[in-house]
Formats: sequence, C-alpha cells, structure tokens
Amino acid sequence: MNGTADVSAIDATDVARRLGTSWVLRGITLRVAPGEVVGLLGANGTGKSTFLRIVATLVRPHAGSLRVCGHDVRTVPARAREAVGYLAHLPGLYDDLTVRENLHFAAAMLDRRRADAEAALVRVGLERAAEQRVRALSSGMQRRLAIARLVLRQPRVALLDEPYSNLDAAGIELMNSLVSEWTGDGVAALIVLHELAPAVGVLDRTVTIVDGRLAPNVHDHQRHAGAMLRVTG
Amino acid sequence: MPWRDEWRRARAIAWKDLTAERRSKAVFNSVIALAITILVLFGFALGPDAQALRDAAPGVIWLAALFAGVLAFNRSYQTEIEGGALDQLVLYPGGRRAIFAGKLMGNFVLVASTLAIVVALGVILFQVDLPAQWLALVAILFFGCVGLVTLGTLYAAMASRSRVREVLLPLLLFPMLVPVLIAAIQATKSLLGGDLMHDAGAWARLLAAYDVIFVAASFLAFDFVIEV
Repeated sequence: MNGTADVSAIDATDVARRLGTSWVLRGITLRVAPGEVVGLLGANGTGKSTFLRIVATLVRPHAGSLRVCGHDVRTVPARAREAVGYLAHLPGLYDDLTVRENLHFAAAMLDRRRADAEAALVRVGLERAAEQRVRALSSGMQRRLAIARLVLRQPRVALLDEPYSNLDAAGIELMNSLVSEWTGDGVAALIVLHELAPAVGVLDRTVTIVDGRLAPNVHDHQRHAGAMLRVTG
Repeated sequence: MPWRDEWRRARAIAWKDLTAERRSKAVFNSVIALAITILVLFGFALGPDAQALRDAAPGVIWLAALFAGVLAFNRSYQTEIEGGALDQLVLYPGGRRAIFAGKLMGNFVLVASTLAIVVALGVILFQVDLPAQWLALVAILFFGCVGLVTLGTLYAAMASRSRVREVLLPLLLFPMLVPVLIAAIQATKSLLGGDLMHDAGAWARLLAAYDVIFVAASFLAFDFVIEV
C-alpha cells in the first residue's frame, strides 16, 4: 500500500481488445492516480470487465499501452500482477475447503502469516463461519470471503468488478470502508459498476465506456459528499 | 530464497487439491470405477485362457491407468475454472511453475493411488504372479506414473480454457504418451514375465530418461501454456 505519487497507478493509452473479428474495446485512455477511486460505468457488453481483466493482466490488450504502477503489462506482467488485487464477478473460492482453509491457502500463496488470514477473516465479519465449507455459504458470504482474500493481498491497485453484488447493507458499508482505508494508504481503485448509488460515497470520479471507448463526459465526484460537482468534456 | 517460496506455493496447491478431493471424492470414485470397468471388460474380452490374460495384463493395467488418469487431469483444472479460481491462482505472485508443481504433486498422489489399486486388481483378475523383484516393479510403476502425470498435467492445463477440453485432452495427450506407455508396458511385461532385470532394466532406464526430458520440458513450457 505504498503508491508512488509521481507514477500513475493505472496508465492506459488507446487500449484495444478484439473478440474474434469485432473490437470490444476500441481505444481506452485512462489514468488513475494513487489513492484515486474511479467508477467504470457502461451498458452490458461494453467491455468494462474486459478492461478490468486487461489491467489485472488476465487478458492481453491487442493494441495500445498499459502500465500498472509503472510496470508495462506486456513486457513485465509479473511485476504489474504483484501490484493488483482483483475482485472478480465470480468469487474464485474452493467449495470443498472451509472459509478458514481458503484464507490460509491464500496466505500461503501470498507469503502472509496465518495470523494475517485470521485478521482478514475478522475484518470481513466471517469469524463465526470460519469452519463452514464454502459450498454451504450464501452468495453474500462468499463475496465477503473473496473480499477477505483481497484484504490479505494488500494491493496497490484494487480492481473491483461489481463489488456490491450479493452484498447486504452491512456488506456494502464494509466494502466502502475498506476502499476508504485503502485510498488513505495510497491504493488506487477501479470499480466496475452497474449502479452508482452504493459507491457514490467513495468515488472520486466516474468514466463511462460507450462503443468500446470512454465517453467524452467524465463526471467528477467529491468523495463522501455523494454529489456530482463537475462535468467535463 | 525464491525456490523456497515456490516450493511453499506448490505444496499449498497440492494440499488444497488433495484436501478438496479427500472430502468430495468426486474424482477418486469415478476414476476407480472406470479403471475397474476397463480391467473387467478386458478380462471378459480376452476369455478364460490364463496365459493370454497374463500376457495382456501389463498393457491392460497401463491402459486402465491412462484412461482413469485423463479423468483426473481434466478434473484438476475444471474445479479451478468453474468458480473463477484459476484467475485468482494465476494472479498470485511468483512463478507459474509453482502452479504446475503443485498440480503435478496432487495428480501424482491421485493417479499413483489408482495405479496401486489397478495393479492389485489386475494381479488377481489376470492371474499374474508377482515377481520376486517387487521393488523393481514399484520403481517401474513409479517412473511410468511420473511420465503419465507430468504430460497429463501439462496438456490438461493447455486444454483447460477450451470449451471442448474433455475431447481435446485425449487428442493432445495420447500421441505424446506413446513412448512412455510403450516403455512402461514393456518394462512391466519383462518383469512380470520373469525377466531378471535384463530387458526390464533397459526399458526402465529408457522410461526414466523420458521422465527427465518430459519433466524438464513441461516445467519450461508451463509458463507459456498458462499465460494469457
């Protein structure tokens, strides 16, 4: 959580990606500063999640350049990967392991202590469900466990794909408090959203993908105020 | 020490796979059922001739292990893909080879357990006498299993992102496994046929050489196989 002020957390220039013969993304240019929270909006199928997966180094761009914390995702994807934490639409958990075992596995993979995993468990309020198998959890609790894994990861760039889905009011509050904590530590966040309402208190600005490009109107939000302050473009 | 980090990650992946399998038994039960079915069907097909059964036993045992292994290899990545866990797995820091090593260890335990049961059943059903050099037989089974699991784990990763992975894996894997299977079957046949490690030893050395080549090549190739 030590973002460097003079290097953009995300620096994308004309990032494009095609699916088969059609271009899903036609040229996304976006800079996100350390500690900044950007909401990514757009209709279904406009490529929001694809862009997030490109930033996460899970999908390669077919054109354009992209740096994450100064690391080029094409030439040094492993370095870029170390900086990101990705909360995907699917939780990515192991159904036959318990909640605790899932986090201990993540701790082993991330070279964290088991005590850190236990702390993450408490942070998301799953300590009472620690011995339950994941397949017995509700989708909301699975979401919380995926968030705990993200907490354990301590990313410098948090990539959140519809993080509020399946979460109740307390879960939404938890997610927002985590985002606020992270940004206070210089962590940038790029959040794919279908609804603006749950995130409006933490967003610095929103951008919208239309026809594979960022729409010219970019709304800037003042964090915690929930009010739209400026419209540019 | 980077290699210690990689080793820790590999062990974590193997532990995760084996713990999940120990609880669900989803793969083991189906793999064992398939292996037993193959043994019994070949037994019926070959008829009551005891010598014919004994001659065919090494081939049938390795074919049963091969078909059962394919189920296990496919399943080891399917569980990662179904819930989106593969994305998280490849996003963990460190080299991708730790993923291969972890999957390899997990699959090896599963296939080796299956092979042990298949051999025990094969000895009974095909009326095979166990050789006096049973440690040599264990060594040949070990080397054969390493070759089978190494290539199976690599090619299952290659096929894992395809929608037709169940069909694709055997198409990719079987031709590559021909040298391993020939060496394993011949070594097992020589040993069960009372060979005093002459032919069996030569085949076992060839099998070990294949293992070294395939393990090294698979570790080198895995980064490219799993990379987006």
